[in-house]
Amino acid sequence: MESKESPAASATTDPREAAFFGGLASDWWDPKGSSAMLHRINPLRLGYIREACVDRWGLDRRARAVLSGRRALDVGCGAGLLTEPLSRMGAAVTGIDAAAENIAAAQAHAGALPIVYRSIAVEALAREGATYDLITCLEVIEHVADRPAFFAALRTLLAPDGLFVFSTPNRTPLSYATLIVGAERVLRSIPRGAHDWSKFVQPDELTAELADAGLTVTGVQGMTWRPGTGFVLGRDVSVNYFGTAIPT
Amino acid sequence: MQHDVIIIGGGLVGMTLALALDAHGVTSAVVDAADLGATTTSEFDGRVSAIASASARMFRAIGLGGVLDKHGGAIDGIRVTDGLSPLNLHFDAAEGDAGPLGWMVENRLLRTALLEAQAKAAGLTLHAPARAVVERTKAGVTATLGDGTVLGAPLVVAADGRRSALREAAGIRASRWTYPNVALVTMIEHADEHGGVAAEIFYPSGPFAVLPMRDPHRSAIVWTVDEGDAPGYLKLGPRGLSAEIARATGGYLGDLQVIAPPSSYPLSFHHAGSYVAERLALIGDAAHGIHPIAGQGLNMGLRDVAALTEVLVDAVRTGLDLGAPAVLDRYDRWRRVDNMAVAAATDTLNQLFALKGRAPAAVRRLGLAAVERIAPLKRRFMAEARGETGDRPKLLLGELV
Repeated sequence: MESKESPAASATTDPREAAFFGGLASDWWDPKGSSAMLHRINPLRLGYIREACVDRWGLDRRARAVLSGRRALDVGCGAGLLTEPLSRMGAAVTGIDAAAENIAAAQAHAGALPIVYRSIAVEALAREGATYDLITCLEVIEHVADRPAFFAALRTLLAPDGLFVFSTPNRTPLSYATLIVGAERVLRSIPRGAHDWSKFVQPDELTAELADAGLTVTGVQGMTWRPGTGFVLGRDVSVNYFGTAIPT
Repeated sequence: MQHDVIIIGGGLVGMTLALALDAHGVTSAVVDAADLGATTTSEFDGRVSAIASASARMFRAIGLGGVLDKHGGAIDGIRVTDGLSPLNLHFDAAEGDAGPLGWMVENRLLRTALLEAQAKAAGLTLHAPARAVVERTKAGVTATLGDGTVLGAPLVVAADGRRSALREAAGIRASRWTYPNVALVTMIEHADEHGGVAAEIFYPSGPFAVLPMRDPHRSAIVWTVDEGDAPGYLKLGPRGLSAEIARATGGYLGDLQVIAPPSSYPLSFHHAGSYVAERLALIGDAAHGIHPIAGQGLNMGLRDVAALTEVLVDAVRTGLDLGAPAVLDRYDRWRRVDNMAVAAATDTLNQLFALKGRAPAAVRRLGLAAVERIAPLKRRFMAEARGETGDRPKLLLGELV
């Protein structure tokens, strides 16, 4: 039984983080629940991932299942908000998460989608030897305990012509004001305690850490919120940013 | 049977949506209570529609350009006058150098073209005549037909008209009022050629529109009259009515005669407070209905189609649940505000021209003459008539998503 795997003993997983998000598991798929913010940004981030894949592999921009025939790994999949769309886009997807409660919620929601969900840490998965064309790791890096080990494992898991897509909050006064004070404490649009600002990574730091692991960053874009328009991608990386990387 | 979208209502707007989705590989089931073959006769619908140039570009993009080329009357200019005052405002397509401002087409010919395209569309299933019992839940939508067939989809689109049962069932409120006028619709044949010019002649009871059909000696008449006067006009008989119409046009088309029995349509305004609810999106008359003063009603519906198609195609390609709130909210934001602005402007226009007395007439005439002289303002009105304002969906630029 895969769901009995225990990632708690892993070096990259912070057990308190896993327990926090595992506690939200039942609520993940409610668009108005604790993950409302993720539901709202989901179209934007999926559009970003799709574009990145189209560019990386020269795919048909208008294809319905653009990821057909490709293997994808969604790291920190939660209850599958990103994993399910990746599956519908045609990829053979594996979703992994440190919290077993999340994996249970993800499995319960997946219905007939052929997704493999596992509660396993990246370094344990890397030891199994499989590789993936696409690895997504969205809003996860800021929760990782040992980033060098984490990125090294991802590098092992990434196929030679693979693509790594990440998103994470920046560590700036504005991100503190927006995410910690604004979203968590005032608006309550993100569950309180979801983030530890001091663990946020700046784009330059992240680029250097990925380079150390053998991953070259090929692009970074910021995500900001505009009244009337909602969330948009652009040059402003001061709150949250998306990026792509490929094997060096 | 599972589809990407269930569309309730196979009229002009609903069927165009189904075909636009099919052109992008998005599947749909269309359910209509009527026998659609019977809706292509002039007895069912003798009306004509002005297809704005932006809407025409969408028709071409999804392979429906043939109906415009074969049957459409090009609108090369629009002349707006206050009664028969010599002061007028003339919009000429040649000024913009972008082809006709729009096309006049008989609704029945549009319906025929849509049904022909539907028969060839691989991803489109039509159930008509059929009634559906629609059930929307957090998990999905089912539509159960009278014969027991159960259709399933993540989203249902209400294209079921101004008295939309789906809108009512979702508890979406629509603000509405009725105008104390009705539209008389008929067709005339005239001695002089119309030259592709649509005339909007404003009278206190409302606008009198002469719309150029494909035959240079034939024009459609949309005449707004006071509610109380309508029965009288309908009883006039062809000769009497021809004389009334000749008087209203000021005789610019030469001798004319009515060649179709006139019909009348009540005028009302309604606008839904939201275009979306759980796993539901409203389009066309289900979402909004406006005074036909500027010929924008169907075009607003076609803009809904273009925007919703782009939203759904983007969602399908990114693997999203088509009924997810984040997907539907994008459509609501995109279209509701835009439609509200068109509705308000149209209503204002109607109110302005309905004012009786010399002073309002003087203001109107000055206004028309001023717009005629101020180039940017005039360009803006022309862009509005073409359907080229606002954040336009790709289909209205003539491109597939």
